[in-house]
Amino acid sequence: MAIDRRPIIQVRDLTARYGEETILEGVSFDVYEGEIFVILGGSGCGKTTLLKHLIGLIRPYAGQVIIDGEDITHADSQGYHRLLRRIGILYQSGALFGSMTVAENVALPIVEYTGLPSDLVSTVVRMKLNLVQLEGYEDYLPSEISGGMKKRAGLARAMALNPKILFFDEPSAGLDPVTSAGLDRLIVHLNKSLGTTMVIVTHELQSILAVAQRVIMLDKGLRGIIAEGDPGHLRETSRNPLVWRFFNRQPDDGAVPA
Amino acid sequence: MLRDLGPLLHSKTPISLTVDLSEVTYVDDFGVLVLIELRHMMTAQRGAFSLIHATDKVREILSLLHFDDLTDRVHLAKKQIPNIFVRLGDATLRHIHDFQYLTSFTGSVFLALLYVCRHPRSLRSEDTVLAMLKTGVDALPIVGLISFLLGLIIAFMSSVQLRQFGADIYVASLVSLAMTRELGPIMTAIIVAGRSGSAFAAEIGTMRISEEIDALFTMGFDPTRFLAIPKIVASIVVVPLLTLFSDAFAILGGMVVGVLMLDLTASAYIAQTAVTLTPFDVFLGVLKSAVFAFLISWISCFRGFRVRGGAAGVGTATTSAVVSSIFLIILTDALFSVILRYWG
Repeated sequence: MAIDRRPIIQVRDLTARYGEETILEGVSFDVYEGEIFVILGGSGCGKTTLLKHLIGLIRPYAGQVIIDGEDITHADSQGYHRLLRRIGILYQSGALFGSMTVAENVALPIVEYTGLPSDLVSTVVRMKLNLVQLEGYEDYLPSEISGGMKKRAGLARAMALNPKILFFDEPSAGLDPVTSAGLDRLIVHLNKSLGTTMVIVTHELQSILAVAQRVIMLDKGLRGIIAEGDPGHLRETSRNPLVWRFFNRQPDDGAVPA
Repeated sequence: MLRDLGPLLHSKTPISLTVDLSEVTYVDDFGVLVLIELRHMMTAQRGAFSLIHATDKVREILSLLHFDDLTDRVHLAKKQIPNIFVRLGDATLRHIHDFQYLTSFTGSVFLALLYVCRHPRSLRSEDTVLAMLKTGVDALPIVGLISFLLGLIIAFMSSVQLRQFGADIYVASLVSLAMTRELGPIMTAIIVAGRSGSAFAAEIGTMRISEEIDALFTMGFDPTRFLAIPKIVASIVVVPLLTLFSDAFAILGGMVVGVLMLDLTASAYIAQTAVTLTPFDVFLGVLKSAVFAFLISWISCFRGFRVRGGAAGVGTATTSAVVSSIFLIILTDALFSVILRYWG
């Protein structure tokens, strides 16, 4: 693994609160360009909250988030909007616009941000749908396709402008093992061929072990990062009972690693 | 079983009770309940209680249900309704927060409207036209019918009185004035609130809970400009036209009563209407309905954006959109009346 990669996301002392309740406190980490980075943890540990802070949906209570050189915590809206073109997000259920067809969904950012005429836009849309193996489904409405296909369409839309970073919110949620494995393979393939940095929030152990190059584990009690590193390595060598239980899929019954 | 054993224990008051489970092959939680109650009764009478000869299966079930831990009577916590001051405080805080969001939403609506005026191309024309069709064209039948019936009713009710003075012809004046100045705009706006206000809130609310609005935001779109402005612009254009349509149908309804019941001629009725109505009356009705249209679409979109918590939240927002719209319509109409009284 190249050690000279530059960090494309830098989080410094992030504190997140919902009203009076602190979810995360003093969280700091980097994500390097081109890697597949996974944010994992048990339920309620704050991983979706962390993701929402990274993409700018929530302003942090304290701390700094710098994405591709842009400080989104203190940036003006112009800087933030410039950044939005360089990132893509796949939301948990795809978040496709129900009143538009699959093709119209994917075309939306392309039409808005490039000046391309409509026939060229259609070609680009078809290419994006081919990337995610959804060729032929251009004219279907989101309500007419399955959950797995909705996610792939959402992914095609997230990739419409060839973003440098892709964010995934629980990509395996609601998918059967076969579809989930297919999506994992697609993520790895896209990362390898396009070099896109992937930031994935998930708690699906199989996916994490198959896909992640580096992970951070969040803990609800600690309100921050409890472990960081290669997932396989953490599974074998971690002495922390919470980490060990997560990676070895053991229930909370007092069992402690050897 | 407890009904039989209970009195027995009370009357005999044994020092100890031993339950022999050797014949028991299976016990479910109701069976365990009997054992627990027996144990309670013994404890209350300061007696001893024990189980013997439990088979493995029975022992397993007892341990699964944590038999040994269930010694104290557990009362399921009754839902405490907090006292009135707490509820009042909570409601006040909620309304203050709501008001803060309403203010910022209103600001963003005006900024977006300004932007659209300066860059007309930026308006999502397809969405706007679709909203105009749904809010206006689809409402024509119901608005027409209700207005016609209203005209009919007004004419009929007033004719009863006016007849006595031989002043039947003034039915035409009454219907036309009442409808164009007051009832036309109000009734049309209320119908639009019920049809379109609820639809706006439900559509935007559903998008909110399926993260579509977050997706819009992170793709660099302004949700207000994308979702709310087409609906607001469409409403302001279409509702005044609906109101004019409603006025016409009401006058028609009045004319039906006039011709069929009051022996007026159609031409006399129309002539009287034309004499009574001034352009200002019609203009006032149209102006009021434009204001109502803005209020309905503004508050309904706001309720949609504020949805939290799933399908129930969408339902609440939809109801609230219609009720708030109707309230605002009537309030604004009252304000109009006061202003015109002192200014006109």
